[in-house]
Amino acid sequence: MIAGISIYEILTVTSILFFIGIYGFITRKNLISILMSVELILNASVINFVIINKYLYPDVLQGVFFSIFIIAVAAAETALAIAIIINLYRQIASVEVKDTEIMKY
Amino acid sequence: MEKIIFYILALVIIVFAIASVSSKKMLRSVIYLLFVLIGISGIYFLIDYNFLAAIQLTVYAGGVIVLLIFSVMLVHHIEMELELAKVSKRILVGLASLVGLGVFLTTIYSHEFTVVENTVTTTTKDIGFGLLSYDVGGFILPFELISVLLLAAMIGAIIIAKGTKLTNKKNDTV
Repeated sequence: MIAGISIYEILTVTSILFFIGIYGFITRKNLISILMSVELILNASVINFVIINKYLYPDVLQGVFFSIFIIAVAAAETALAIAIIINLYRQIASVEVKDTEIMKY
Repeated sequence: MEKIIFYILALVIIVFAIASVSSKKMLRSVIYLLFVLIGISGIYFLIDYNFLAAIQLTVYAGGVIVLLIFSVMLVHHIEMELELAKVSKRILVGLASLVGLGVFLTTIYSHEFTVVENTVTTTTKDIGFGLLSYDVGGFILPFELISVLLLAAMIGAIIIAKGTKLTNKKNDTV
């Protein structure tokens, strides 16, 4: 654990990060920007897993394993989402949310 | 000393996260996200999870950010400015986020955590044995599932990104 830092301060930082992600997720109008906001939200939750593991249950490693799985799923999700976005750009030449009306061709 | 480093990291994370969701230039916003992710890996280094910090650096800073920059370069003109939401909507969403943050923080600060004082150092060996053990509490099954998921995601990404060409060829032959 970090000397002199309580768990409350770290959880405060991750909460702020989570809500910045929520804010970006709602206000952004671009598919890639929305994807980046999702990354912020996922990262905030990963830090929470790790911090709670380290501060409350230091003898087990479950939080670390779940963080690794979350990171792997997030990477897979990003790759798929980028593929979908590039394919969409080929179809309608735009990645703005308001232009995305058809999802089949 | 660690305290000061943590505060600097927290400041970097929050400032660049805000910059990332409010910047008008797309590429700059991706680079700000890169700083946020590097700051997060710094926090992992601070709490002695070196393996996780290395994963964070390689997967996010090395993989996801490069993928995002690549797609931004493909899709946008480099000078193009993003369209922002209306001011009223931004204020409303900001207020709603602040209210949600308030709820989170009151819940967190009213809860008593039983913190265990420790200086346990987790080595990569422990993580590897935990991931690959068949015993109770081992993680071999999710580990294999994740590998299958990554393979499926890779194939799916290739199929989707090449979509039109493949379907056209099929239609031609039929």
